[in-house]
Amino acid sequence: MNSSFDFDWEAAFQSIPHLLAGIPYTLLISFAGLAIGFVIGMIFGLLRLSRAPWLRWPAVAYIEIFRGTPVLVQVLFIFYGLPQILGGPIPALAAGIAAIAVNSGAYISEIVRGGVQSIERGQREAGLSLGLSRSQTFRYIIWPQGFRRMIPALGNQGIISIKDTSLFAVIGVGELVRQGQIYIATTFRALEVYLMVAILYLAITLTLSLLLRLLERKGLVGQ
Amino acid sequence: MSERTDKDGAPIVRMEKLNKHFGTLHVLKDVDLEVTPGEVVVIIGASGSGKSTLIRCINGLEEFQKGKLEVDGKRLEPHGKASKALQQIRTEVGMVFQQFNLFPHLSVRDNVTLAPRKVRGASRAEARETADRLLERVGIANQADKYPGQLSGGQQQRVALARALAMEPRLMLFDEPTSALDPEMIGEVLDAMRELAREGMTMVIVTHEMSFAREVADRVIYIHEGEIVEEGPPEAVFDNPQRERTRSFLSRVLTH
Ligand SMILES: Nc1ncnc2c1ncn2[C@@H]1O[C@H](COP(=O)(O)OP(=O)(O)OP(=O)(O)O)[C@@H](O)[C@H]1O
Ligand SMILES: [Mg+2]
Repeated sequence: MNSSFDFDWEAAFQSIPHLLAGIPYTLLISFAGLAIGFVIGMIFGLLRLSRAPWLRWPAVAYIEIFRGTPVLVQVLFIFYGLPQILGGPIPALAAGIAAIAVNSGAYISEIVRGGVQSIERGQREAGLSLGLSRSQTFRYIIWPQGFRRMIPALGNQGIISIKDTSLFAVIGVGELVRQGQIYIATTFRALEVYLMVAILYLAITLTLSLLLRLLERKGLVGQ
Repeated sequence: MSERTDKDGAPIVRMEKLNKHFGTLHVLKDVDLEVTPGEVVVIIGASGSGKSTLIRCINGLEEFQKGKLEVDGKRLEPHGKASKALQQIRTEVGMVFQQFNLFPHLSVRDNVTLAPRKVRGASRAEARETADRLLERVGIANQADKYPGQLSGGQQQRVALARALAMEPRLMLFDEPTSALDPEMIGEVLDAMRELAREGMTMVIVTHEMSFAREVADRVIYIHEGEIVEEGPPEAVFDNPQRERTRSFLSRVLTH
């Protein structure tokens, strides 16, 4: 039984340079996708809070659709499905970024809504009673406080989205998992290589966690 | 107490037959109220009688359904239609809340300078000068760089007062400004308000501090279930109430 378990440290280490080639893609898809997702989330999160149904409803529909379907299906739809409508291919990298954007955007909408709603009514009333307009009250009082409260949840979403990019190996984006698969195809060292892939994901996500922890300690987060 | 100058000017608040509902709850019933410049009006009444709702109508934090309301010469429309007038009124009417409602993410000084800068277009330096003068006046000049969370309740409420005064309001509204304070801090806030009254500020105050009311009020209004039941000079209302309801309310609050 121990014949099947001979961990080849050399193979593990040798895979690292190959795997590192995937990290720029993983990071690019994650951060570009999340940046767009944040803009989407801010817009739809605020629309979701609107009192006007014709503004609120499209936001509800968007959130439910993209939260309620798997990100894998979303990226397959974008990469293989949309070209049929658009009449031309979509680069795999762009499809990956788009999938993270619309998926994280749905979750971030809810985070934004929760953050804004968590600010006591008295804050808004104090701003309005000082003569600030509604938009000034939002910009100088509600948003800065709400945003701080959103940071932990946003960090969480960032970590989830970074891991989600691993699914995009299926459309051939040269990200971490894809690089691992390619290397395994020539070396057959699945155990070693996937362990290294896992460790590299962990390195990325732990770095992000650490940054968030630092922000929190500086008192820039929460309250 | 009476250095007031322009008492015979046009009323700054003119409320006629104001009616307000929360759903099916009729909270204000045909309320008539006039406040003249320089006057200090104190509103008393039991919990839930509509005191907060009444003063929150004056700066449009609550909408009303029926009646007339003019503040500082500008008309507020029923059903809270957002209007230019409403925002103009708010720049001229300051409010101090029971829960202070300071902005916790801004320093004490920035709490005070925000509105003058963004609404009045004051420069940073101008606003800062005004803020420091006002903070000095309410006795917290040395705390300007702290954050609200680092101050005691009494200090926070005095910052809130300075913040409202920084807009140079023509009228100040107070909704139970001392009710959330520890007893030993009530005095410092009342002192600051007393000072303001002495300087001739027009004030509408909701409070349970009866001896303070007696001291600073030009007029006391007793409100019961959304109706003004009795009003007059403090001596008249406190010492010789005409209505049975007022008497029973006062006997309950004055005994302890
Ligand atoms: N936003 C609201 N929605 C529904 N009902 C409300 C709302 N605000 C106040 N009320 C009700 O309106 C009535 C008057 O409330 P209001 O806050 O004006 O009373 P108050 O005299 O200020 O009382 P307190 O001394 O407790 O502050 C109460 O019955 C209260 O429950
Ligand atoms: Mg009240």
